[in-house]
Amino acid sequence: MIPHRSPGSTGSTTGDAATATTAEFCGHCGEPSDVGAGPASDVHHRCGERLAMEPPRYCAACRRRMKVQVTPLGWTAECSRHGMLAP
Amino acid sequence: MTMQPELQANPGPILETARNQVLEQGIGLSESQLLEILRLPDRDLPAALQLAHEVRLRHCGEDVEVEGIISIKTGGCPEDCHFCSQSGLFDSPVRGVWLDIPELVKAAKETAATGATEFCIVAAVRGPDIKLMNQIKFAIDRINEAVDINIACSLGMLTQRQVDQLASWGVHRYNHNLETARSYFPEVVTTHSYEERLDTCNMVKDAGMELCCGALIGMGESLEQRAELAAQLAALEPHEVPLNFLNPRPGTPLENQGIMDGKDALRAIAAFRLAMPRTVLRYAGGRELTLGDLGTKAGLMGGINAVIVGNYLTTLGRPADADLNLLVELNMPIKELQKTL
Repeated sequence: MIPHRSPGSTGSTTGDAATATTAEFCGHCGEPSDVGAGPASDVHHRCGERLAMEPPRYCAACRRRMKVQVTPLGWTAECSRHGMLAP
Repeated sequence: MTMQPELQANPGPILETARNQVLEQGIGLSESQLLEILRLPDRDLPAALQLAHEVRLRHCGEDVEVEGIISIKTGGCPEDCHFCSQSGLFDSPVRGVWLDIPELVKAAKETAATGATEFCIVAAVRGPDIKLMNQIKFAIDRINEAVDINIACSLGMLTQRQVDQLASWGVHRYNHNLETARSYFPEVVTTHSYEERLDTCNMVKDAGMELCCGALIGMGESLEQRAELAAQLAALEPHEVPLNFLNPRPGTPLENQGIMDGKDALRAIAAFRLAMPRTVLRYAGGRELTLGDLGTKAGLMGGINAVIVGNYLTTLGRPADADLNLLVELNMPIKELQKTL
């Protein structure tokens, strides 16, 4: 089961990503997680819905595009700076 | 939206025609007849799905074929298929990545453990080069050493030599989609032609591999073009038709295309089954968005007889358990490996 995550959450991480606990950027669209008038959860509400159906493409810590590998029963997303993210 | 409205007592005349022609005689509907199915009012949709289900049971049997798919080479494709996040020509967030063989074998084992009989290896390429072909050969050998599962491939357009190689390596089925109707194809792809796709499909069939040739609907095509596509697929006589529904991807030319209506999607499922009574008709990408849980069930009771289990190439599917439990709930047995050979 893929957990429903907030747009910028880093989920389960390995390597340096474990230190990147602050979600600066939306994992779906890559925009800052706190833009707009409302709180992040409103601004990126649709992104949050999409992240229930697809892996994050952007590192929540640095906005780098991640290398994402989807397999039939799982996925991994790797930031070159912050390490591996998995569900 | 209610996906399963009440069954009407007096369905339209096209359904009576279809009952006689498709169910009783096993002859698929023509393009003009398919258009009538696609134009059926909502009140006739349950009857169309029920008929499609009867056709599927009579001509295909009760088994459901389960498959897993995986990308061995993701992103960076030189083609411009307007729906695809893996094209290197669009500003898509999908990065290029290669899967190593141990991970591929691990995924094949996990897929087989779900009861799946097919494992399809996909690469985002125009066609395979020598490096990719060598990797595919190596991957096939390693998977065959590790697990009993039929191996399918989807590597773009092939040369005759490549077709022959894949067949000799034991590739069970080859996927190459038409995607859309010939008349709409230039609106969706400009870097290769419909005829080039047909050439690969025909070579695959001639070489004795099973042809998997699918559709992606909801890209802005008309109902006429949807009927045209179903008829063109039927004429090709593929062993399997994976039916995809557009999931608009960020950065692609179709990113702002709306998600197609669920009832239109169900009408399409019924129409494709009535066009191809004996073909494996597989749920593929986008059904989670277009149909949701209720629609998924309606489609399985409306002509679908195969599913992709778990995730797709770049997006996530329903959890494998959800689909497998649904098959149990519907008393639909999973096709066993020996029945596929």
